[in-house]
Amino acid sequence: MAAPPTALEAASRPAQSASDPIVRFQDVSIAFEDKPLLDGISFQLARGETKALLGVAGSGKSTILKLTLGLIKPDSGSIYVLGEDVTRMSEEQLFDLRRNIGIVFQESALFDSLTVRDNVAFRLMEEGGTSEEEIERRVLEALRFVELERTVNMFPAELSGGMRRRVGIARTIITQPEVLLYDSPTGGLDPVTSNTIIELIVKQRDLYKISSLLVSHRLQDAFTMATHYFDRKTNHMQPLPPEARREVPITFLVLRDSKVIFDGDAHELEHTRDEYIREYIS
Amino acid sequence: MAAGDLFSGVELISPSDWAKQQLKSVQDYAVLSATALANLFRRPLYVADIMQQADLIGVGSLPIVALTGCFTGAVLALNSANTLQRFGSLSLIGQLVAVGMVTELGPVITGLMVAGRNASGMASELGSMIVTEQIDAMRALGTDPTKKLVTPRVVSTVFMLFFLTILSDALGLLGGGAVASLMFGMDWHQYWTSAWQILAYQDVLTGLVKPLLFGLIIATIGCYYGMSARGGTQGVGRATTQAVVASSILIIMVDFFTTRFLMTVLGHR
Repeated sequence: MAAPPTALEAASRPAQSASDPIVRFQDVSIAFEDKPLLDGISFQLARGETKALLGVAGSGKSTILKLTLGLIKPDSGSIYVLGEDVTRMSEEQLFDLRRNIGIVFQESALFDSLTVRDNVAFRLMEEGGTSEEEIERRVLEALRFVELERTVNMFPAELSGGMRRRVGIARTIITQPEVLLYDSPTGGLDPVTSNTIIELIVKQRDLYKISSLLVSHRLQDAFTMATHYFDRKTNHMQPLPPEARREVPITFLVLRDSKVIFDGDAHELEHTRDEYIREYIS
Repeated sequence: MAAGDLFSGVELISPSDWAKQQLKSVQDYAVLSATALANLFRRPLYVADIMQQADLIGVGSLPIVALTGCFTGAVLALNSANTLQRFGSLSLIGQLVAVGMVTELGPVITGLMVAGRNASGMASELGSMIVTEQIDAMRALGTDPTKKLVTPRVVSTVFMLFFLTILSDALGLLGGGAVASLMFGMDWHQYWTSAWQILAYQDVLTGLVKPLLFGLIIATIGCYYGMSARGGTQGVGRATTQAVVASSILIIMVDFFTTRFLMTVLGHR
């Protein structure tokens, strides 16, 4: 029997109709110092879907996440997030929208002068209106999710790289955002720790059905996500039988030379005839 | 060595591009400063952060401000006493120290000390937050970094520099009095009476307007260089140095223009 849902799981609040994409890029271009980084790219992220963004370093994967959050503006094109065109919103309006979006940064970007507790509670404290007891309860719940309850009073400098990423995930999920963005969450980590992080992302995907964009340099991370599910009984990730793999809501987007050269599921990726992609995934 | 070797790796920039960059910097600085001040009228006002910064900037600067204020007054008395003695006007020491400290040296020395200590601190702290993506994280978490980080620093610096300057002025007068009395045998009461009597309200007003402007300069320059730091730890170091240099130069320049302006407006001296 499946475990009862936690408070985090219980919260699901579709702002749009279920068929509307959560994120939609429409002919988006951006250049830095006259060098195009993204050139007319279009894609969409459906509700509940995880999309892995793949490509070599400098291909614009992290830029896509920053564009999604409205941290930077494109030179042309439109970006719709939760039904809003972020390219036309002021910074003040974006602050409200960003409360429904979570991001895990490559280097965690934890506030180094705050304890783990204050880092995880940051958004709740900023929004106000939540009692101290409620904040404490939700911080512990988020930290329990990433199995780091014991670090609550520690500072980021006292944590290992993997632990910092996990605290970053806890900070992101505490307010139950509608879309999650992961910027190379396993970058620079050893294989065992990387696996722990991927397991948390799979857990997040399977338990809360939150849509997410995942930037990764490691193709095996994306494939692990496509071939595994989170088992509540064992509290671990388990491999899926081959016939069930197509049901996993994960797609892949490959960038090359400022363009999208592939956007499809794991089966299509495995059977692509594109030489570059075949070489990339081999 | 060939000229080509000498200039290899040096990136040349056209004068028009350089001018555009400078103008853009001034514009960005003006926007940041205006936004920081406008945030005073927008919710939320981060009172706890303002108090914390006031403690760091104000209380933390107390020892250096007290020491520099005291010794500046003392050296002012020492130097002027030697000259005044030749003309038999030693009794004027109190007046000289009072006017010098209250209108000029108190605000400027305190401003420079606080700039050295805090503009650099702000630039390095915010610069480190920029290069480690903490500012982006803050924006991503729905918090305005200008409201959360810049405005509290501006408010605290302006507020605390005002009181630090008063303290510096008082300790400068005390230091001058100690030199006049202990080294030149001047009557302590006479020193204080002459110092007190020479000060007109215009002098006091001039001395109290300046720290408000200097506080604004220190905080906005420190935050601007911090928030615009680029290029990793080297960039943070560069931002820190530039913040101290720019705020120190601006303090001295603004001091001149403020003095001239107030002299005209108040019609004094």
